[in-house]
Amino acid sequence: MTLPPMTPVLVMAAVVLGLLVLATLAVWSLRRVKPQRDWGELAARVRSWWVMAGVFLGAVAVHPAVSLVAFALMSFWALKEYVTLLHTRPQDHTMLFLAFLAVPVQFYLVHIKWYGVFVIFIPVYMFLLLPVMLVLAKEPRGFVASASQVQWGLMAFVFGLSHLGYLLQLPALPGRVVDGRALVLFVVFVVELSDVLQYCWGKLLGRHKVLPTISPNKTWEGLVGGVLTVAVLALPLRFLTPFEPLQTVLVALGVAVAGFLGGAVMSAVKRDFGVKDFGALIPGHGGMLDRVDSLCWSVPLFFHYVYWVCY
Amino acid sequence: MRRFLQILFFAAVVRPFLALFIGLRVRGREHLPAADPFVLIANHTSHLDTVALLSLFPLGRLHRIRPVAAADYFLSGRLRAWLSTTLFNILPVARRHVTKTNNPLETMREAVGAGDSLILFPEGTRGGGGEPGRFLPGVAHLVESCPEVPVVPAFLVNLGRSLPKGTFLPVPFFAEVRLGPALHPTGTREEILVQLEVAVQALREPG
Repeated sequence: MTLPPMTPVLVMAAVVLGLLVLATLAVWSLRRVKPQRDWGELAARVRSWWVMAGVFLGAVAVHPAVSLVAFALMSFWALKEYVTLLHTRPQDHTMLFLAFLAVPVQFYLVHIKWYGVFVIFIPVYMFLLLPVMLVLAKEPRGFVASASQVQWGLMAFVFGLSHLGYLLQLPALPGRVVDGRALVLFVVFVVELSDVLQYCWGKLLGRHKVLPTISPNKTWEGLVGGVLTVAVLALPLRFLTPFEPLQTVLVALGVAVAGFLGGAVMSAVKRDFGVKDFGALIPGHGGMLDRVDSLCWSVPLFFHYVYWVCY
Repeated sequence: MRRFLQILFFAAVVRPFLALFIGLRVRGREHLPAADPFVLIANHTSHLDTVALLSLFPLGRLHRIRPVAAADYFLSGRLRAWLSTTLFNILPVARRHVTKTNNPLETMREAVGAGDSLILFPEGTRGGGGEPGRFLPGVAHLVESCPEVPVVPAFLVNLGRSLPKGTFLPVPFFAEVRLGPALHPTGTREEILVQLEVAVQALREPG
């Protein structure tokens, strides 16, 4: 049986819609049962999820080019949030301009499916170019810090997130309905659901902090509960993947753990900058980076696993 | 025609650029007077300062808002002069060779008298982005001679990082405009000047 290519998007839209309705009802009943507590932040989070899910599913459903533009904007916004918090020198100006220019270039490489350059453009060419721009700016003091921090941001937010775009471009496997779009839906759903479940388990049972100096909100109970739950819940989503059942569970586990680590890394970045959130773009969540932090770590791993095993 | 071009430019270029590229945030928009004339004063670190402040106003009101700008710089060169007068509707004032006929104070008073509002950078020039410089005394003269015109303080954050003096490629740092409540400073000119400086400085710390 062959499914029309819209089916994965429609099924996932139905699943997400169901979850959002559940979450909205949960917030509504919590407000009734315990009106003395402040549910404002939770309500804002759920409302924002409606918007994010709508925008994301819409962008994925319409056309691959639209999805790529949406992913590029996501990447651009994340890099903006990061660079704004950096200590930059006036001499970094031209280098920073070129670093931002790498966003459209990288996503254009994704668009034309030039895999060989896509995987080296930022790690090799931008890595070589940026310090040269700083040399031309003729100020050695602060050179290493400037060159390193900007390259780091490019790797995390542009190189990392652009894998979401290349994943989308992967063709259907021979004899399978699974294509890049289904894989994008799978990995994003697993990572984001894992974030939500870690938050829920942490709120319910959280006692022992995993990384007290980095992120006081992350607990062992949340981490283990969230990761295990999402690994089980990924099983019915196997139709989006080319994986065997056990493989699906293990991939979901790996992706969820990588997502946790991505979130922890970005928490460390925020601690270092002395900020609570990266911005105020998404009510209840913070900035773009506060939402995509886990994707920066999990999507490249997922992509290279799939690419290596299946393509 | 000039008004049409300016409105088109702000609707099609400036607003999308500030919203999507810079990600400009505005705090204290409610302090923006509903009626002209008023004088908007701000710290100055970038050419984007004027662009960002003008973008705060409804398109239909843009033609009433005149950024006060140095004639020797903004009217030099054909392209720069055309852009400054057509798209930004600057009020050119003389910085050098000031005579009775081109006294900047007189030019500004006339514009305010005609019901136009002014955007004024009292430091007189773009600074390096550190501490705002001291205000030049001209603004105190203006305030003293038009006591009924409200002065609105503004503080601009990060625009000087996006497009500092001497560069022409904008880098999209997030930026912010902070507006404070309008004031009617009184006293000697030195006292007026200090009140204005304090009002702008007070917006440095996000409230």
